[in-house]
Amino acid sequence: MFASFPIADIPLFPPAASAQAPEVDALYFFLNAVTIVMSAAIFAAIIYFAAKYKRRPGVKATQIEGSTKLELTWSIAPFIIMLAMFAWGAKIFFAEAEPPRDATEIFVTGKQWMWKIQYPDGGREIDELHVAVGQPVKLTMASEDVIHSFFIPAFRIKHDVVPGHYDSVWFTPTKPGRYHLFCTEYCGAQHAGMIGWVDVLDKQDYQKWAAGASIQGTLAERGLTEFEQLGCATCHLMDQQGRGPNLRNLYGKRIYLSDGSTVIADDAYIRESILDPNAKIVASFQRDIMPVFQGQISEESINEVIAYIKSLTQNVPPSQEGSHQWPIVLAPPNTLQQVPAAKSAGTVATSPGVQGTVAPANPARTKPGSVSPAARPAPAQKGNQ
Amino acid sequence: MATEVIGPVEQVNYLNSQHTVKSWLLTVDHKRIAILYLITISIFFMIGGSFAAAIRFNLASPEGNLFSAETYNRLFSMHGIVMVFMFLVPSIPTTLGNFLIPIMIGARDVAFPKLNLLSYYIFLTGGLFALFAIVHGGVDTGWTFYAPYSSTYSNSYVLAAAFGVFIAGFSSILTGLNFIITIHKLRAPGMTWNRLPLFIWAHYATSLIQVLGTPVLAITLLLLAFERIARVGIFDPNIGGDPILFQHLFWFYSHPAVYIMILPGMGVISELVSCFSKKRIFGYDFIAFSSMAIAVLSFVVWGHHMFVTGLSMYSGLAFSLLSFLVAVPSAIKVFNWTATMYKGSISFDTPMLYVFGFIGLFTIGGLTGLYLATLAVDVQTHGTYFVVAHFHYVMVGGMLMAFLGGIHFWWPKITGRMYSEVWSKVSAVLIFAGFNLTFFPQFILGYLGMPRRYHAYPPEFQTLNVLSSAGATVLAVGYILPVFYFLWSLKHGKPAGNNPWEAAGLEWQIPSPPATHNFDKIPTVVEEAYNYGPVEEVVLG
Amino acid sequence: MAETLVETEGTHVQHHFADAEQQLETATLGMWTFLITEVLFFGGMFASYAIYRSMYPAAFESTSRFMDIRLGGTNTAVLICSSLTMAMAVRSAQVSKRKPLIMFLALTMFLGLVFLGIKAIEYTNKWNEHLVPGFHFQYEPAQFMHNAQLLFFLYFCMTGMHALHMIIGIGLLTTLIIMAARNSFSATYYTPVEMIGLYWHFVDIVWIFLFPLLYLIGHHG
Repeated sequence: MFASFPIADIPLFPPAASAQAPEVDALYFFLNAVTIVMSAAIFAAIIYFAAKYKRRPGVKATQIEGSTKLELTWSIAPFIIMLAMFAWGAKIFFAEAEPPRDATEIFVTGKQWMWKIQYPDGGREIDELHVAVGQPVKLTMASEDVIHSFFIPAFRIKHDVVPGHYDSVWFTPTKPGRYHLFCTEYCGAQHAGMIGWVDVLDKQDYQKWAAGASIQGTLAERGLTEFEQLGCATCHLMDQQGRGPNLRNLYGKRIYLSDGSTVIADDAYIRESILDPNAKIVASFQRDIMPVFQGQISEESINEVIAYIKSLTQNVPPSQEGSHQWPIVLAPPNTLQQVPAAKSAGTVATSPGVQGTVAPANPARTKPGSVSPAARPAPAQKGNQ
Repeated sequence: MATEVIGPVEQVNYLNSQHTVKSWLLTVDHKRIAILYLITISIFFMIGGSFAAAIRFNLASPEGNLFSAETYNRLFSMHGIVMVFMFLVPSIPTTLGNFLIPIMIGARDVAFPKLNLLSYYIFLTGGLFALFAIVHGGVDTGWTFYAPYSSTYSNSYVLAAAFGVFIAGFSSILTGLNFIITIHKLRAPGMTWNRLPLFIWAHYATSLIQVLGTPVLAITLLLLAFERIARVGIFDPNIGGDPILFQHLFWFYSHPAVYIMILPGMGVISELVSCFSKKRIFGYDFIAFSSMAIAVLSFVVWGHHMFVTGLSMYSGLAFSLLSFLVAVPSAIKVFNWTATMYKGSISFDTPMLYVFGFIGLFTIGGLTGLYLATLAVDVQTHGTYFVVAHFHYVMVGGMLMAFLGGIHFWWPKITGRMYSEVWSKVSAVLIFAGFNLTFFPQFILGYLGMPRRYHAYPPEFQTLNVLSSAGATVLAVGYILPVFYFLWSLKHGKPAGNNPWEAAGLEWQIPSPPATHNFDKIPTVVEEAYNYGPVEEVVLG
Repeated sequence: MAETLVETEGTHVQHHFADAEQQLETATLGMWTFLITEVLFFGGMFASYAIYRSMYPAAFESTSRFMDIRLGGTNTAVLICSSLTMAMAVRSAQVSKRKPLIMFLALTMFLGLVFLGIKAIEYTNKWNEHLVPGFHFQYEPAQFMHNAQLLFFLYFCMTGMHALHMIIGIGLLTTLIIMAARNSFSATYYTPVEMIGLYWHFVDIVWIFLFPLLYLIGHHG
């Protein structure tokens, strides 16, 4: 699993199991080469000078003032090499920033001292992440307490998970295997215990694993349950305009706010609106109607509710387009008659939000007619705030 | 050489002029204050070092069951806090800097002698707060005190430790202020800016950072402390605060602070390499200028500690580029030190061994810094043992080597005695070998993915960790030896004479140990630093 | 103190200075450098204020109706007056007028105490109105309950740090008055008065920034 010395079993290099890994490694080897050449040159010069100009009786030092040409050479030449490092590093970093549209979205919640994983089909795991070879995965991450950092060395990915933020990171696994998952931001007593495993399975094994997992409804279905239990459905009506905005076809759209500005209804905005509803009020709706859910709802439940709200939108606009579409106006109660009620019925089960199935949905795991958020393109969402 | 008038050799010096305890504890003589600091920071170094030893013992086995997780977390936190704030930041400036800056520029004392003594007591108070935290069970936040763990979740003595650092910070500010004004206002006649020893330039740059950066750390820790007391505050995500703001404010000081911890060492190396090559320093202007460039650039690179926090891509890009830029002046110094040895007359006295060690280790430390400035590679190495290895190569391989080199160089001046040449060389070699064995495996561990601050780790990392722990044992022996031969030298060492190394510089023109007032008559400087002979050759024009 | 004073020309030139002029220049440069560190000390809080105000403008503006502009305004006037009296004190020292010097120093100190008294009243009111974050904080309108705490936290930190500087300033003024009473100052030596004067003006200037940022944000147009 690790590249190692043949003699002593010392690992020297981590496995490279994601599409990004070989690119980062190539740059790492370039940096190693520069470091070795530069250090060797300096060490050689020192050793040579020390031997050659060792103090001898009767031999005096030759006094040399300096040389501007030399100074400029050894300032500019290293800087040019560094610019190459900079450009190369930036190129890979930029490429890693935007997940592909067909990435499966998996929610990760960091909590002292565990990683809670929620799959789009409703499966949950702790400290274990199962992914399929070749399928891009986008992780949307939140923290329930302190700052954590999600690190899979074999994938060369790492991102802090900061309370109050949504953070995201993505990867495409390339090699089946079992890899370490670490927390790399010190988070308290059992920081070293906040570790787990990433299982990369080939397509067949992945399906087998998916079939074996016990599921109580998809993420969106559980979100619906939460939605009803928390009383959201009282005001956020689905077939007409209630006291709160109608959430159908809302996700990923640009909407007007009461202060005249606009915002994209992405994960971060929905999360904020659940925790602190008055932060950004949709135009022509009232403040102080919706209760503040800060401290009342877990990050996992928020993920479920968001998955449900996403499932109410048929064509989730890709992130690039979300930014320059016209804002939509959500009608307040008194303008209800001007807005045609949504045509489809109000329950999630009859609202097929599926658009091209990528991950093979196993009948045992996915109820007929239910939404499969996994199958949708990547939603519009700012990775970080 | 550099002075017109040298006073007659005095029997009375700063050490034997007065003998009462009060004459030491209430002294305003910069040299005696330097000695007070030297004793105090040596004690802190021993405390911090014993924590390091405990950490390495624990990590010899992957289960890490020598200490509980809670104890281990306190060990590495206190190791970091004590070593950074109670040893590295004050190390060279408060000891060698205090002792030498006035003498090197031809002054009788620093600009504000009473303030200098006050700085010492402020430092001591800060240190005692930190000790209080240690004795009462320690602090477990890491030296970085990241919110919201430190403000809300930790059950340890965060307040005492943070106040300790806060208080010690004021000592650092006042010392920096004192040095800046001393260098500006108390230079002897003829001691122009381009005749200043590079040790002075390095301290000038360091002092600028201390004066401009430390207040920001102070207010950040104070805000954190208030947040911990009130259980609510501006870093609290529950009321809309952002824990990342803490990191911005913290690293705004703490990145420049790593240059507080290396620039004085670079100053020492410039003095030593010139003296033991018996040669003018190569590229004086460039070394002096690079110190100032580092001081300025150090304030705009803090973001490279935060590439994986969700910093915007364009901020990441800017911070990455600036971080490469700050590497250039450091590289310039290394090349110039190496070039100084060219056609020199090199002797292998103990201080010079530390110079070799410093250049070697700092080169590796500096080059591995480039990995952390490179965006995509930092993603892999951030928060791992790669970072730990990198900053130990710079802080321990660099600053500590320079500190020991400087102490070995100026010990005859400070005490008037020579130490054992054999034992000091043995110690220097042990430190160099032990250091590399301890920290080189950590680079490999880091890229493999072993996170820092773990009390237990997956078993495949064991071999490299055992190597590292074995190295730490050698290193510890190397550090303990000087305590003995230095103490021995105080009584039994040969008298050193004014200038045992035949070095240039005002401090070598006066008796060892110097008189309380340094100079009977303020010297007039007529030539530049490092005048080991007339210039004979200029390479490449 | 074990200070060894080598008496040269004046009585106040310490042994490591060549003359009184060098000593004065040194002290002045030292004080200005110290004030730069103070700028950065307060700068950390001003930066935090700027960031959160841009993040939560409405919540920040909503707090200004809890800020007592009458008391804050009075305090601004008091401090400006105290800067004037401080400047008069320095002038009196320059021209060797001992009695006016003591009077102006005492007046400055009195105004400083008035400022602190008014500040204490404001703090008491805030406490009674449950506006101290972390101590039964209550806030109307409720939608700003969370974010308004950020401002009040900064309010107490910024004004508290400012008040601490005032207290230190009053301590320094007390020392000056004692020194003046002992006839320590003259037209040739009044460095401490001038240095503490600089400090006092700096503390005033900090307040000149704090007052609009904390009290007047909601009062525009």
